[in-house]
Amino acid sequence: MLYNQPSPLETRVLTRRFGMLNSASIGTYLATDGYQAFLKASKMTPAQIIDEVKASNLRGRGGAGFPTGMKWSFVPRTSPKPKYIVVNGDEGEPGTCKDRVLLENDPHSLIEGCLIAGLAVDAHAGYVYIRGEYRYLIDILEKAIAEAYAKGWLGKNIQGTGFDFDLYAHTGAGSYECGEESALLESLEGKRGVPRIRPPFPAVSGAFQCPTVLNNVETFCAVPWILAGGGKAFADLGVPKAGGTKLTALSGHVAKPGVYELRLGFPVRQLIEEVGGGIPNGKKLKAFIPGGSSCPILTAAECEGATMDYDSMAARKSMLGSGGVIVMDEDTCMVKVALRIMKFYADESCGWCIPCREGTTWLTKIMTRFYDGQGSRADIDLLGDISKNMLGRTFCPLGDAAALPMISLVEKFRDEFVDYLKGKRREETSGRLVTV
Amino acid sequence: MTFSPQLEARFAKLLASYPPGRERSAMIPMLLYAQDELGSVTDELIADVADRTGVTPLQVNEVISYYTMLRRKPAGKYHVQVCTNVSCLLRDADRLFEHACRKLGLDNHGVTADGQFSIEEVECMGACSWAPAVQVNYDFHHAVTPEKLDQLLDELKDKR
Repeated sequence: MLYNQPSPLETRVLTRRFGMLNSASIGTYLATDGYQAFLKASKMTPAQIIDEVKASNLRGRGGAGFPTGMKWSFVPRTSPKPKYIVVNGDEGEPGTCKDRVLLENDPHSLIEGCLIAGLAVDAHAGYVYIRGEYRYLIDILEKAIAEAYAKGWLGKNIQGTGFDFDLYAHTGAGSYECGEESALLESLEGKRGVPRIRPPFPAVSGAFQCPTVLNNVETFCAVPWILAGGGKAFADLGVPKAGGTKLTALSGHVAKPGVYELRLGFPVRQLIEEVGGGIPNGKKLKAFIPGGSSCPILTAAECEGATMDYDSMAARKSMLGSGGVIVMDEDTCMVKVALRIMKFYADESCGWCIPCREGTTWLTKIMTRFYDGQGSRADIDLLGDISKNMLGRTFCPLGDAAALPMISLVEKFRDEFVDYLKGKRREETSGRLVTV
Repeated sequence: MTFSPQLEARFAKLLASYPPGRERSAMIPMLLYAQDELGSVTDELIADVADRTGVTPLQVNEVISYYTMLRRKPAGKYHVQVCTNVSCLLRDADRLFEHACRKLGLDNHGVTADGQFSIEEVECMGACSWAPAVQVNYDFHHAVTPEKLDQLLDELKDKR
């Protein structure tokens, strides 16, 4: 099902079957060249498959943006241990709702991506970890998997290629941290989602301590197109060092929120004004989150000339992240936003390591007191200090994910925090600045 | 414990999905699917799942406290989950949640006396572009206003 009108500015690669009748069915998939890329890959060597993915400049679409071909090349194919494919369908990053539409509208592209990855690293079993709240998508995926088995695209000696592959859906049960790759692997083993120490990385010791390719849903969904049309074609859609398109989930203060597939390097201004239909009620842009709440927030000024790609965001000391774009207009109370974001990380912290457990908790307590009007000027500096002490010192990136937005908020919106102390608040309904 | 034939079949399928000796992997899916039938994770279920997956009841217990969807006490027949995270907050989800609590006469995590409804303020559920988002059990509801929520709850109340 489509949840928003497509935009004419989209480049429909991963979403090319969206809107077709029964787009999720294997009938539609096979009628639109589905599984042909797998057959092509089955005649290639693993090294050739990985080279094609490298040539595409595909980078992980979950948030970290690590080059996918390089990640696959780290798997020791000659290891005597069985290898596994694991799909990260935990999609918990606030602002992000794009893996959801892929699972719903083209689940077979995910299955085919897993098959190709299996060929590349000699893996014969895969697990699609999907967050527990996405139950209807687990149902859709399991139906697609059953169709694939029935038509001989999963199981033993697939289409006479001699390649065996089994795929399973696996439900989560409510945890943002289980979107972190090593915590996901722990959860897959039936344990608390507490992250693992790295190294070793999943490529060497992943699912069941065996070599594993673990990637985001969207990353796998791009693979069939890359194998079919060639890596270079995918690379050419993007920018240097980052190929292809990115499913972008637009939310917040825009007229046309929705999920849109856009070429990497898409201008931010055009994203907000043309794809998103602009900010309602004639309001001006105040703040912009490029890829989920874990990214440093950008001011309107910083959006000038910015494009949706890894390098452009890194140059502005933020990240492309998950593709969860959140737009905030001039009436937004940044103090309230800061509190809510900190509350999220405190709620979701697994509690294992002190800097994150204590850090996220104290950031939330201080922000709560501040928001309730009991704060002080020293609190503004304290929030920054605690965050800086968390950065790079936590067992997994969740600590960074809390620290980075907090630092950006107190630095870029310091005046608003100071004004808040003086009683200047945003009125709830009108957004007008009043003094209490 | 005996479950419905469908659940027993699902358990059998789960146990066969993981490598030999890795039946523990079936634990969390089993708990959630069983909770859907039973209403909550009971002591009996913990012992049963421990037995089926070859672990101790303690190893099951330590998992339950971690995952937010697993609960030791039943929720309402209709568990209303309101997201108040950033994208939804920007579309007044905090006021939507307050409205929902008032409408149901409950605080966060409360259950109505007749067991029909419960309410929970939740974190991001992956419906940000269609905010404000609400889940009732597993069903998603998008662009929920207080009026739409009232209508939804009234319709559920009248369902028998």
